[in-house]
This record gives sequence, structure tokens and C-alpha cells, in this order.
Amino acid sequence: MIDIALKLAFASVSLAQILAMVRLIKGPCIGDRILALDTMVVNAIALIVVLGMWGGTQLYFEAALIFAMLGFVSTVAYCRFVLRGDLIE
Amino acid sequence: MRIAAKILPHPFMSLILVMVWCLLTNAVNLGNLVLAVILAIAIPLITAAYWPNRPGTPRLGGLFTYVLIVIWDIALANIAVAWIVLTRPNRKMRSRWVVIPLDLRTPEAIAILAGTITLTPGTVSADLSDEGSCLLVHALDTADAEDEARGIKERYERRLKEIFE
Amino acid sequence: MIDDLIGQEEAFVAWLRSLDAVGIADAATVVMLCAGAFFALVGSVGLLKLDTPMKRLHAPTKASTLGVGSLLLASMIHAYAHGEGSVHEVLIMAFLFVTAPISANFISKVNLHREDVDPTPPPPKDSTWATFDTSPQDKAAPDRP
Repeated sequence: MIDIALKLAFASVSLAQILAMVRLIKGPCIGDRILALDTMVVNAIALIVVLGMWGGTQLYFEAALIFAMLGFVSTVAYCRFVLRGDLIE
Repeated sequence: MRIAAKILPHPFMSLILVMVWCLLTNAVNLGNLVLAVILAIAIPLITAAYWPNRPGTPRLGGLFTYVLIVIWDIALANIAVAWIVLTRPNRKMRSRWVVIPLDLRTPEAIAILAGTITLTPGTVSADLSDEGSCLLVHALDTADAEDEARGIKERYERRLKEIFE
Repeated sequence: MIDDLIGQEEAFVAWLRSLDAVGIADAATVVMLCAGAFFALVGSVGLLKLDTPMKRLHAPTKASTLGVGSLLLASMIHAYAHGEGSVHEVLIMAFLFVTAPISANFISKVNLHREDVDPTPPPPKDSTWATFDTSPQDKAAPDRP
């Protein structure tokens, strides 16, 4: 039962990732592109977590944690760059 | 007392550091706890220059209830937002700006309120006015802006005021 | 009626014993996995479907964050039911829930400056919103491209 649920979760998170990528390519304005990248990072964390459950291993959690931190910092860095024109003043 | 304040300038930060270290190593044993306590004393001392003033102490009981209420609201809010996103066509959504006048003055409380608004029913907090007296919020689908603002003030701001002020 | 219930408690305890803890944990894992998958998908569908930049901000900040939260909860339940438990998922969850509003706030500020959002209402008490509040020397400097 868990096997089927894991496959379902993997498929729908991958689909979500593709949809976010469509918005990243299409996105009419820069805020949409930053938001799409942020969503893709969150979905990537979801994929890593599901993969870890599938393999029954704890090894991937450091990767997920680092993804979460880098994703947040990069979103803030993009936004600051757009708002202020440079990152470190 | 003064020595304690010197060693632990930010007791809450030290407590959180201990918890984060135990979660990060995924095990609670004596060695880990000793290392966590060493880090929890060393990191606030080293970075003390960045936090010159100590934030006021919140009421922990109220804060705990508040967190439970917010978690419950997040679950409900997401079902509501999912329903709106999946079933309602774009032109029928009544999205608009909502201005919430603030009674809160503490920066920590305003920050928590803004985060709560973003995570709960169909609203995203966008900006604060330049003197910090009102909050600009975007609502995805609301019939009445006044009503929305009143609901948020009643449910969250009143509780935060009791916790922080 | 109460007399009827008094005889039932032994049967109730027997029923509780007969429940399989691992089976319940597995069922909970499946429910959380499906919920997480659904919310992650809703977040991206909303990102693609909604039509203005500020509306688009709503779907991913809430739904995707809760989706990952449910998946992490599923992972924790799974780890406790099979093999040794693990708690460091809580760390990722807390981090995501704390940072999601901050990212949303930054992105909405980008939208306020860059794109044609609905005109913002003026604040009732103060002069303007903080993100439009520029200091005099910034106003004197020429606009960046």
C-alpha cells in the first residue's frame, strides 16, 4: 500500500515540478520567475524526502536541509537584487 | 543574577540552539547535550554585538496556544485555498488589497502577525507603512475588506497583544 | 443504556489490543503522503492557472509549504513504524514554515515595484508604505536602470 502511495506522491510532485517550470519559462514578469524558482526548490525538497522514504534511508536529509536553506537565501538574494540593484551595500 | 545575564545574554536563543543541535544530530545523549550547551553559550556571546537589546519575554502558555491555533488554521486555510484555486475561474475571484490598522507596537509581535497572515486563509502580507502603524495585505478572494481586517484583528492580533505586551 | 455500556469495556480493550500499531502507522503514512502530493500539485496548478502576479503568490506559498510539511510528517511516521525513529524532519519543517512568509513578503515587494498590480490603498495614518519610502539622498540620485 505504501509503495503505491509513494509512487503516486513521486508522480504528482514531479508533475508539480514541471508545471512550475512552465511558469518559469512563461512568466511574464520577474516576480513570477522568482516565485516559480522558489516553488521548484520546495518541490525538490519534497522529491528528496519521498526518495528517502522509498530507499528507506536517512542519508538524504542533510541534502534536503541544505536545499531548504540555499533555496531561501537565493530567493531573498534575487529579490534584493531586483529591488536594490546590488546585494551587498 | 548579573553573571547569569552575562553568560546567557539571550536565554531563548540558547534554548533554541540546544534544541536545534539535538534535532540536527538526531539523538539526545550526554555527549550531544554537553556540546549543545557549549554551542548555546558560545554562539550568543560571539554574536552579541549584532543583538544589542534583548527582546521582551513573551508569555509561553499563550504562545503555545497561539501556535496550536495557527497550525489548525493553516490546515483549514489550505483546503479552502485549494478549493478556490481548483474550482473558481479567474475573473470571478474578488481579490483586493486589505489595510489592517495595527494596535501592536512590538517588532517581534508584528513580524509574527505578518507571518501568520501569510500562512493562513487566502491572505498574503505585503508591506508595512513607514511608521509601522498599518499592514498592507492582499486577499485572494474576499467579499468585504473591512470584514476580513476585523476577523484577523479579532483572531490573531488580540492574542498576540496578550502574549507580547 | 449505561448498564449496556458497562459490559462493553472488556470488549473495547480487546478491540484496542487487536489493532495493529504498524498497520495504523502505515495507514497514517499513506494518508499524509496523498495529502502532501495533492497540496504540492495544487500549489503548482495555482501558480500556472491564476492570472495576476499577486494572485499567483497565494498558491505556492501556502499549498506547497503544507505539501512538503505533510510529506515530512509521513516520513517521520514511517521512520517510527519501521526501524529507528528520526526527528530531524521537524527541523526542515520548522525552517520551511518560518521562511515561506519572508520569501512571500520579498516577492510581493518586487511585484509592488515592478509590475502592474492593482493600485495600493494609502495607509490611513502614515504617509506611505515602507517599500516606497525613499530617503532624500536616494531621491536625488538618478534611477538605476
